[in-house]
This record gives sequence, C-alpha cells and structure tokens, in this order.
Amino acid sequence: MYPKQEVVAMILAGGQGSRLGVLTQKLAKPAVPYGGKYRIIDFPLSNCVNSGIEAVGVLTQYQPLVLNEYIGSGQPWDLDSMNSGVRVLSPYQQVKGADWYSGTANAIYQNINYIERYNPEYVVILSGDHIYKMDYSKMVAYHKEKNADCTIAVIDVPLAEASRFGILNTNPDGSIYEFDEKPKVPKSTNASMGIYVFSWDKLRKYLVEDEENTESSHDFGKDVLPKMLSDGQRMFAYAFEGYWKDVGTIDSLWESNMDLLDPNTTLDLSDESWKIYSRNPVVPPHYISETASVQNSLISDGCDINGKIDFSVLFSNVTVAHNAVIQDSIIMPGAVIEEGAVVQYAIVSENAVIGKNAVVGARPEDIDDKDKWGIAVIGDNVKIGANAVVPPKAMISKDVEEVK
Amino acid sequence: MRGNNIMGIIFSNLHEDLINELTDRRTMGSVPFGGRYRLIDFPLSNMVNSGINKIGVLTKSNYQSLIDHLGTGKAWDLSRKRDGLFILPPFSNTSEYSNRVTTLNSIMPFLKNSTEEYVAISDCDTICNIDYQKICSKHLENNADITLVYKRDTIPAKLHDPVVLSFDSKGRVIDVLINPSLTGSCSFYMNIMIIKRELLIDLVNKCISKNTLNFKRDIIQAEYKNLNIYGYEFDGFSPCITSMGDYFNANMALMNSDVRKDLFNSDRPIYTKVRDDMPTKYGLGSKVTNSLIANGCNIEGEVENCVLFKGVHIGKGTKVSNCVIMQDTKIGDNCNLNYVIVDKDVIIKDERSLMGFLSYPVYISKESTV
Repeated sequence: MYPKQEVVAMILAGGQGSRLGVLTQKLAKPAVPYGGKYRIIDFPLSNCVNSGIEAVGVLTQYQPLVLNEYIGSGQPWDLDSMNSGVRVLSPYQQVKGADWYSGTANAIYQNINYIERYNPEYVVILSGDHIYKMDYSKMVAYHKEKNADCTIAVIDVPLAEASRFGILNTNPDGSIYEFDEKPKVPKSTNASMGIYVFSWDKLRKYLVEDEENTESSHDFGKDVLPKMLSDGQRMFAYAFEGYWKDVGTIDSLWESNMDLLDPNTTLDLSDESWKIYSRNPVVPPHYISETASVQNSLISDGCDINGKIDFSVLFSNVTVAHNAVIQDSIIMPGAVIEEGAVVQYAIVSENAVIGKNAVVGARPEDIDDKDKWGIAVIGDNVKIGANAVVPPKAMISKDVEEVK
Repeated sequence: MRGNNIMGIIFSNLHEDLINELTDRRTMGSVPFGGRYRLIDFPLSNMVNSGINKIGVLTKSNYQSLIDHLGTGKAWDLSRKRDGLFILPPFSNTSEYSNRVTTLNSIMPFLKNSTEEYVAISDCDTICNIDYQKICSKHLENNADITLVYKRDTIPAKLHDPVVLSFDSKGRVIDVLINPSLTGSCSFYMNIMIIKRELLIDLVNKCISKNTLNFKRDIIQAEYKNLNIYGYEFDGFSPCITSMGDYFNANMALMNSDVRKDLFNSDRPIYTKVRDDMPTKYGLGSKVTNSLIANGCNIEGEVENCVLFKGVHIGKGTKVSNCVIMQDTKIGDNCNLNYVIVDKDVIIKDERSLMGFLSYPVYISKESTV
C-alpha cells in the first residue's frame, strides 16, 4: 500500500529533440547539459521537489541510457523516499502486446497504474525541455480555487512572436474558450507553456476515451485538450511570470545559456530558497592560471583555464590551454581546447577536443553573408584536428582531420 | 588483499591545539581546505578508494560541524546496509578520549565486534592522496605486525612528539626516536598506520592494564624490538598542518598543477559533501589570475594567488591577493586584502583594507563583520 499523494507529477522526457542535431544523437533532450553544471531535466525535477511534490514519473523513450543513469535513485533531488520519489517509466510489454508511447497522452495512459498507486487528486503534466523556476503548488492552488478540471500555465509573449506558440484565448475570469495553435493573427499573447494540472478522475476518463478513439493521435495539445474544451469542461489559464524558455533548438539553447550571463537576468540560479539540484561531479575547484583572462562568464568545478574566456559558459572539467580564445560559446563537460585554438559563437559538446590553432565558428560581424552565419556545434567526443577550420552554423559529428 | 578485510579508524580531534584559531568551534577533521573540502575528506576518501568500507570516526568534542559534514556518509559511499560510517563520540565523559590509547580502549566493543583482519589508522593533520592497498601489499609482503607510513623531510617545527624512524636494509624499523633534536631531513611518522586488529586490541589492553598510556612511547617505541614493525615511505604531496603558516602554505601549494594532479588524482578522487551551488560567475571587469575557485562564487573584482571556497563574493574595485577565503564570505566594494585567511560567513564591508604578511597571515574568525 502506497501512502496517498495529493499531487503526482509526470515529466514527458521521451522526445528526441531532433532540432538539436548532434547534441541529441546519443541522449534524450532532457539530458542535454545546460547552464554550466545542469541537465535540462534538473529544472522540472527541482521545481517538483521545491513545490512539495514527492511522486514524480519520468516518461522516457528515445535514447534513455544517459537520462536513466543521471536520474539514478533520485537522491540528488531528494527524490529517493521509501515509498515515493522519482521513477523512470519506459514503454513496456503488456498482456495485449507491446507499444511504444505513440503520443503524450498515450504515454500517460500507459502509466495509469503508476499514478493510481498514489490515489492522487491532481496530476501535473510537465515537459522535460524547458528552463524555468516555477512553484507548481501555487498553480494547483489556483486549479482548486477555480474548481477547474484542467489548468494550463500560460506566459505572456511579445505579440510579434505569438504566432510561433499555441495561444489560449480566455474570458475575463481566466476560463479558456479557445485554443489557437500558431495563429496567423493572434487574439491574445497568452502562450501555453506545456504545463497542465488535471483533476485526476477527469483526466483518467479522457485518457481512456482517447485511447479508444482510433482517429486520435493521442496527444494532449491536439486531441485531449480540444476534446475537453468542446465537452465544456472547466478549463482555466494560469498566468506565470518569470523566466521561461523552450530550449528545443540550437539557437534557443545557446541564448538561454547566454541569458545566465546577463547581470539583470530574471533566472537566478543562486537563489537559496529555490535551488536547482543536480548530480555533482567529484572534482576539485577550478583553477585560473597566470596566463588566463576571464570576463563575464560562468565557470564550473574541475576546469583548468589558461586562455582567454569572454561571454561564455564552461561546464565541469573543461581544459583551456594557453593562448586559446573562447568567446560567446558553451563548452560542455570534459572538453579540451588546445593551444591557440579560437572558439566563437559555438557549442562544444562533452569530451570534444579542439586541436591546436583550430578555428571553430565566427563572430557575426566577421561574416558578410548573414545567412551563412549561425552557432557552430561540435558533437560529443569529436576531435577537431590542429589548424582545421569549422565554419559558423556547421554541425560536426565526425572527427575533422588536422591541416598541415 | 581485499579491501573489505581492512577497517579504518580516523582520529578527527587530534592536533587541534596547533591551529586553535580554526578549531575554535570545529574539529581538526572539519577544518575547511582547498576550496571545497574539509581535512577529513582526505583520509576518508583515501580509505574508500582503497576498498575500505567500514570506517570509525573518533571525535571528542566540538563535533557539530563534523557530524553535519559527514551526515550518513553518503558522499563517500559509506551509507550502507553492511558496514559504512560509524561516528564514535565518547559515551559520557570526554576524559576517556584524552589520549590515543584511552580513546581506542573506549571503542573496544567496535574493535572487538569487527571481523576485519587489519585496521588502517589515520589522523587528519596530513593532507595527501595515499593508496592503502599498496601499504597493505607491503605489509603482507613483509609479514609485518605494524606498518608505519613515513616521509623523508624536515620535521615541521611544531609537530607534537615527532617519531623519527631508522630502518634496516629491508625496511624493518630498528630504531625509534621521539622528539629528537635533529636538523635537516629525516624519516618521520605521518600518523598513518596499518596494524592487525587483534594485535591492536592486545596492545591497547596491555597499556591500559599497566597504565602506560602514550601510544608513541608505550606502543611504537616500546615494542619495535618485539614486533615486526616496518616503514612505508610516502613521497607524494603530503603537507602536515601544524600551524596557521602550514595551513596557509598547503592551500597555496594547490596553485601548482603537479600538486593538484597528485592530490586530486582522478583515479582516486577526493569526495566531499555537495551543496548544489551554481557555477562561479565572473563579472565584467573581473580579473583573476593564479587562483583556485570553487562553485557558487560571484567575482566582480581582482583576485590573485587565492583560494576561494564555495559562495564567496568579491565586490567591484576590490583587490584580493594571497588569501584563503572560506565559504559564503562576502567582501564588499573597493576593499584591499593581502595575506588574509578569512573564515566562513564573514562580512567585509566596503572600503576595508586588511594586510598580513607571508610569514604571518591575518586571520578573521567565523561569522565576524569587518
């Protein structure tokens, strides 16, 4: 018998994140490193713990090894309690056959057993690819106050960008009357954040019905939510204020990392009252040598810095040799930047090696054809040979040979 | 030898009087070191990395910070169903823990109920990365009763009762001098040893019954002719902390990359309690050279030749040189610090100037405001 949990959270972490290219070749998007020491999944996991949610299911499907290993027992997030905590839920074989998760709603449907063990009143559905700090308990309180069946978190986006999002149109009392997916002419600027609170008995009913509907793609946004709305269920929008970013593309991942360097950023990771927890590597503090120069950057434990670092985010155990230059870039754990190498506007993935005097990426002002400019990405464990040049916007998944 | 045939014992309190500024409200083992560690992390991690997973930590008083640091032993992988970490404070009267022999006597049940054949014993005054497996292999090879770890160096001036050893060609101890007046380099005991568990129990019982309670004189010196006592030379980085000067120099030695490679050997990492700080933020206009810096710092000023612990803030226009700044200390704007050891949670307000000297670093105590 499991003790009752009023709220159970389910994190959708099965997506491939194909728009992140080489960064998600061998790992699921929620396991992508972020912010100098985190992985994206640390944000929803830490938000859950900080909001007092003790039962968290993580739904995995695509390349789950790194994510499984990272979550482990859940201890780094205090999610290793005796009868609750974090559980990694992958698709499994059942009596009637075996299925992959065919959509977000189907993934939850297949794990109804997990949710029911806790006999919850509410289920919070989260996605594993957003960077934000949010108190879900406030959203659940709002859901209760409105006596809602479903509450969707929304964030105010600039009108010019509203057509990139799913827009929710609401009545003055906050109730939703219309979903407008990527509207050409948006009626409002309330963009859905992909965070839902459901009353569990209602959600359960709709999941079962949706599963029986052969026409459905079993997706929350496309199928379940519109059905609930057309049935006249009580659906409310919950306005969230603060930093929120979907880091599903190379550009947004890069930008969101750079946001941390802004002295006026609204995403404060040093806030003691809302810590973001992560699995910490066992390494000594970082060392800045006599030849190094570091400006406006984030640097993590275990780094050995001998070169010039500007406007960059360095994860743990990065080695930067003498005379190497790193500007406006993200260098992931264990990468090595050799002597004289220049890395600009780039993401260098885990354990990659940038050889002597190699050049990766370029500053936008140094490129005439702006269409050819973009963030250069080096895949994990890739070795860029000495003197080689990797142009901006390139995505490198194989070793590049040395240029003599 | 399998690691689980050895148990560990760590004395966390000894030598505290040598750096009583730092140990005013903590044990020797919980003295912060190297940006994110406590001294006990070194013997603990060394034992764990050598496969020892039953470790008793002896502590006499002032041990709140130690217990807070160790917790269940999870960070060292010592939170286990079988064996793991045992924190062993005195039962009721601290005089039981007044010296090494009576302390060992008061944990006799712990020693007697163990099944391991050997005991590794270490203090917290020497900072090193040492492999007990290697010492044990030598111990077995020599068919030794006791193996004493020593190093060849000049004896630190303030070390209590240094034990100077002489050996025959096979490494067996043939002479033991305690506190001799010697100059120059010699082989002195590092307060790390391997001994058979049953022999340790016998020797302690014998000392108690005769009321000869000096571990060095009444065990090592008295018994070296009767027992097979061997030496094991350790030649890695291993500063012994016997004064504030030693403490300062040991921190500064970490600027040397060979020292860091030796002490923070990635095959035998040093574990410590984690705190989930964000990476360190370097502001516009910050200037940092030759410094060891932990996560969670916020640096807007100038830092050279310093060790900064977790969560230190350095304000704008401030210059900090040759300092050891412990965790969560906040230094305001336009300050100037040189040769200062600043303890935890200190606030140094704007425009302050603090100057020590290489031979006498100034010390600012925990939670004070300047």
